[in-house]
Amino acid sequence: MGPHALFREMVKRIGTATAVLSLAVLWVTSTSAQNPAGPEGIELSGNWVSRNFTESISGTQLLKPFDALGYPLSEAGRDAMVSYTDERLSMPERQCDMFSPNYLLLGPPPLKIWNEPELRTGSTVAWIVGGWLDIVPMVIWMDGRPHPSAYAPHSNGGFSTGTWENDVLTVRTTHISGGVRRMPRSDLTTMTTRFSRHADILTVTARIEDPVHLAEPMYVSREFQSSNTPLNPSTVPCVSVDEGVPVGKVPHYLPGENPFVDEITKLYGVPVEAILGGPETMYPEYRKKIRDKYVRPEKCPPTEAERGFCGRPGLYAPVN
Amino acid sequence: MFRAKPLLVGAAGLTSILLTMHGRVYGQGGRGAAVAPPVQQTARAAAPVDPTGYWVSMITNNWRLRMVPPAKGDYIGIPISAAAKKVADAWDMTKDEAGGNECKYYGAASIMYQPTRLHIAWQDDNTLRMDTDAGTQTRIFHFGNAASPPARSWQGYSAAMWESRRAGGRGAASPPRHLKVTTTNMRSAYLRKNGVPYSDSAVLTEYYDLYREPDGTVMMVVTAVVEDPVYLEQRYIVVSHFKRQADASGWDPTPCSARW
Repeated sequence: MGPHALFREMVKRIGTATAVLSLAVLWVTSTSAQNPAGPEGIELSGNWVSRNFTESISGTQLLKPFDALGYPLSEAGRDAMVSYTDERLSMPERQCDMFSPNYLLLGPPPLKIWNEPELRTGSTVAWIVGGWLDIVPMVIWMDGRPHPSAYAPHSNGGFSTGTWENDVLTVRTTHISGGVRRMPRSDLTTMTTRFSRHADILTVTARIEDPVHLAEPMYVSREFQSSNTPLNPSTVPCVSVDEGVPVGKVPHYLPGENPFVDEITKLYGVPVEAILGGPETMYPEYRKKIRDKYVRPEKCPPTEAERGFCGRPGLYAPVN
Repeated sequence: MFRAKPLLVGAAGLTSILLTMHGRVYGQGGRGAAVAPPVQQTARAAAPVDPTGYWVSMITNNWRLRMVPPAKGDYIGIPISAAAKKVADAWDMTKDEAGGNECKYYGAASIMYQPTRLHIAWQDDNTLRMDTDAGTQTRIFHFGNAASPPARSWQGYSAAMWESRRAGGRGAASPPRHLKVTTTNMRSAYLRKNGVPYSDSAVLTEYYDLYREPDGTVMMVVTAVVEDPVYLEQRYIVVSHFKRQADASGWDPTPCSARW
């Protein structure tokens, strides 16, 4: 091979190598150019402290044994709620019932959120919502896997999949076995939960649907603030122990025997018909219906005030 | 003969790489990074969501503190300061009525958390108007650089913008997704219908998120943040839900009331 041929071969090889390299780099850049911002959505990782301003009652000791105010209960839901007693939570098979994904919205816990990446591509396989007391973290699958069959086993945590909709993480949860304390739930319950971040504020809104116990979808929200104080990603999950309820006994109230139905009436003057819930209680016009029946108390009940349940300066710790 | 074709292909490839890298490093606007100066759009034309129409509030959270006027002294759920408690403890509804101050219960910082219907419409291409049937109040959301009016009012002055959740970084800005409204210039009024005050130094920041459900329901979720150096120990954040209605059914303008 003469020097000219050698030079031509060298140029040919360099050109070919450059072209191949270019194509490879272009493939990589065009793949990531489909989403030039990198990962989809918005960063949710971190520690989030619940402020309990939007919902100051449910999930706290302010919640009375019977309180369906604003719950769009169906007749079946109302019957189930009136028959309910907290003693039922002592049944071994129901002791952990209240720690379902509903608790995220109707309980007081803070959240620790993190993502589990697929390390080769960096894509998020799942978002994990933890930091709750007594509950295993909620896993939100982001990899497009389908929900299990309707006949698959249900669990307290349910099964959740997520998608990004306009930078809002939208999560669908099915296969939930439990509910929250006092609020009836069937195994057909589903939740659509949206995590919407605005700077250091995280708004979590859920649409809860239950064709058995709810006459309309129920929307509940809770607000969280970003915190630098680390939370444990998970704590000891709820474990059933013998709390003295004999096997086979289902604690309940028979119709008309629940002694707590009028407790809110006695304390806060709200008529019983409102406390029993129902879809109409959610809407503004319901106020007309109870206007002449509501008796505004002179002052916040002293028994509540003594326990700090009427609010006071310093009640809400600042977020650090 | 010298064969230039592979070299040309290689050169083209290298140029592509350099251009691509240049675009990634210096891109200004995320997807399809714009080089040309942005065309000024009206707020109406630029709207990423449509907040217009009739909306009804759905009261599920804190029902007994919102659907009925709570007892005097019931301040749970509000991070009141000592000064606020002093004012609220001295609250006298009859004095408000006598002084024509019934609308103190319907100021911008609390009206969205009340049971109400909303009617939202474009007043012009850069101004959204929101009417409430509770208390028959009107809020005006100004997009762009309108001047702030001198007189304080219950509804104050609201500056609006379509906001992105991601401002940038690595050329990663996302397009605007929601409405952000900042309200100042409010008259001192009440956060709750039992005299829990906010001062005229308060600033209200609201984020409006719209969601469409698979069954066609459209929801508006409003996250409101009240900052008040006088009467709040920290930011007061509350979330309200509104469902879009097909028409004006149920629209029932009622005057301000201190009692109900």
